Amino acid sequence: MLRYTLLRLLGAIPTLLLVIVLAFLMVHAAPGGPFDAERALPADVEANIARAYHLDEPLPQQFLRYLSGLLQGDLGPSFRYRDYTVNELIGAAFPLSLKLGAMAMALALVLGVSAGTAAALRQNSTLDRVVMAFAMTGISIPVFVVAPILVLFLAVKLQWLPAGWSSTTSASRLVLPVVTLALPQIAYIARLTRASMIDVLSRDFIRTARAQGLGTMTVVRLHALKPAMLPVLSYMGPAIAAILTGSVVVEEIFGIPGLGQFFVRAAGNRDYTLVLGIVVFYATLIVLLNLVVDILYGVIDPRVRQR
Amino acid sequence: MKTRILLALLAVLAISACSEAPREEGQVLHRGLPSEPESLDPHKGRTTQAAEVQRDIGEGLLSYSATGELVAGAAHSWEVSEHGTTYTFHLRPEARWSNGDAVTAEHFVIALRRLVTPETAAFYAQFLEDLVNAEDIVAGRKSPETLGVEAVDDRTLRLFLDRPTPYMLSLLTHPSTFPIHPGSIEQHGEDFVRPGNLLSNGAYVLEEWVPGSNIVIRRNEHYWNNAATAVDRVSYHILVQATAELNRYRAGELHITSNVPTDAFQTVKEQYPDELRASPTLGVYYYGYNLTKPPFRNSPELRQALSMAIDRDMLAKKIVGRGEKPAYSWVPPGVANYEPAIMSFASLTQKERNNVARRLLAEAGYGPNNPLEVELRYNTSDFHRRIAVAIQAMWRDVLGVETTLVNEEAQVLLANVREREITQIYRSSWIGDYNDAHTFLSIMQSGASANTPGYANSEYDSLMQRAADQPELDRRRLYLEEAERVLLADHAVIPLYFYVSKHLVSPAVSGWGDNVLDYHYSQHLSLSASE
Repeated sequence: MLRYTLLRLLGAIPTLLLVIVLAFLMVHAAPGGPFDAERALPADVEANIARAYHLDEPLPQQFLRYLSGLLQGDLGPSFRYRDYTVNELIGAAFPLSLKLGAMAMALALVLGVSAGTAAALRQNSTLDRVVMAFAMTGISIPVFVVAPILVLFLAVKLQWLPAGWSSTTSASRLVLPVVTLALPQIAYIARLTRASMIDVLSRDFIRTARAQGLGTMTVVRLHALKPAMLPVLSYMGPAIAAILTGSVVVEEIFGIPGLGQFFVRAAGNRDYTLVLGIVVFYATLIVLLNLVVDILYGVIDPRVRQR
Repeated sequence: MKTRILLALLAVLAISACSEAPREEGQVLHRGLPSEPESLDPHKGRTTQAAEVQRDIGEGLLSYSATGELVAGAAHSWEVSEHGTTYTFHLRPEARWSNGDAVTAEHFVIALRRLVTPETAAFYAQFLEDLVNAEDIVAGRKSPETLGVEAVDDRTLRLFLDRPTPYMLSLLTHPSTFPIHPGSIEQHGEDFVRPGNLLSNGAYVLEEWVPGSNIVIRRNEHYWNNAATAVDRVSYHILVQATAELNRYRAGELHITSNVPTDAFQTVKEQYPDELRASPTLGVYYYGYNLTKPPFRNSPELRQALSMAIDRDMLAKKIVGRGEKPAYSWVPPGVANYEPAIMSFASLTQKERNNVARRLLAEAGYGPNNPLEVELRYNTSDFHRRIAVAIQAMWRDVLGVETTLVNEEAQVLLANVREREITQIYRSSWIGDYNDAHTFLSIMQSGASANTPGYANSEYDSLMQRAADQPELDRRRLYLEEAERVLLADHAVIPLYFYVSKHLVSPAVSGWGDNVLDYHYSQHLSLSASE
């Protein structure tokens, strides 16, 4: 297991390097620079700014400079947020995105698995249809439609919850974003759980367990839930990545200073170092997450371990 | 089991979320800000949003009143020499930094030298280009110590200019001319701008900055005019989407918005007639021609034809529709000491203009057998698209011109405009930096960095030069007006409409004043007791 983990980690290095090179070339190839604006800068001023950010150096030299900083864990200064370094921005934004994502994921798992299981146990009942109809709706309606509707009703009309995030508003500021972010995941997990549960419940070992006289709840809890969770678990890797990288819209609508918001702004602003920093950070994170899911898979399913 | 763990996890997260209690005491004003300041270092800001926050925490030699009149700031009085090239300022003895230190003339000298030092890499390094040696220092040809600024004593500051600059006093309200506390830079290095480190000499001091979310400033107890400050804390909420900002306002979370979304303008106007503040401001929305390439190089008739065929009144009223004024000049009305030159065809009806436009187009060699095809570029946005589509239709209906609309991401458009290779007609705008016609006219001088069309006319340049050398305000004004007439007669650009600032201001706020610069210092505002 340790050997497997180490090999996977080593294998990630060329992948990451490729990501860095490609991302570096792509941000620099994008037309327009970080300091272009409708209010164009005088030539001398522009030259001074280019020098301050080493943009006057040839591209290979800039790349080596970036890489050597990266090896020391330094992602460089942000071009747009001139008072902050990329490390600081990611350091402040990621925990918030993580918190938002973790809360949404937890909510999605609890509600999704419960609803899916309930639907599977009463297959083709009214409950099942209601859950599945909700799931279908949740998957089909995009976040950028759900979020403004929630804001309009709960924040603007009823004024129960704040319409957006700010460092001075109370804890309830996270409720709407978490719910918005969790909705499609609840729906997807419910569908996955239902399908998988129906499949597991028809297996021989479940029939054996029932034959032993165990009640439905016990059978589900002790025997069915674990194998039925496998598809949900393998969905977790991409789901976490999707929630972390895909919270852009939610962060934008609710004004949450998370990583997704910075990523989009940075690309528009041609904030080279911030774009690169977030790409490198996300790439590392996704490689690690996939690794963790693979290892967890082995823990739950002994057959994977033996292979 | 699994479910139980997850439930426990959820509970922990919920509790951790609740532990962050809000802290609000005294009067707290919530304002919207449409983009993040790039920096609160007076020398590293660029956008008007950075300047807006900086004007609250710092103070220059002069300042503005709520209604936009120039008033004394850190200096209580000043004298200008006979030829207008030497300015002597007398600082307030009671002017203090937020740690209680006195603000001295030396602090201004250090700050102005730092502004022009190449290593500072200030966006506004050439803002005071008329100070002796400023341009040479920015270009690295002279040392910062040679800058035309001198601390005569602790309370007397002298500025030496190359030429009379009648708008000099208004420049000295700009954040790039604010003083800097030298001890704070020595102690913290580049981190001197961080909350907790930043010493400011304005009505407020930086308390918290969460990038991507909000900036909180609190009352500066040492500010010389602290007794007049009513609001204890201001929270600037960075809200890029105007719709999100409007929602916050409607939910009662904002007192002042920075904008009103175009689509919602009519609704807002009906819903909040008394809270909507729309007021003309110093900005022009225009289309530029690439004057360095055919078909627009050396063809003023063609440029005039396209300009005349645009029904600006209809455009301003029906398409833009938020109280904007159609533009028949380059310099907006309302600029101090100036009467904008008006385009020659402004007095004609649109029908008459269309007839002249058709004749001019034919003279330029285009017609049914040789139709003109042009490309119009704009940065992607529904609003810009709507205007472009309207103008495309006007050109087709009046002149039979085939216009291809090309929308590009903002930075791509800027790069294309700058290269002047494939660009023919493009959308742009200009917002005045100070209340003087110079801020609009100087950008069209040949070789100026913001001269996007590549306009070059020696007559224009010489008029601008004569205006620059003229100490007498009335005569200078005549040169500037004449220069604008030359620019308009050349049809180097198509001014479309003049900007209007739009804010929603809660009835709880008093002290708000409309002004052409759209500056609204928090220190002039107060909140009613019910808040």
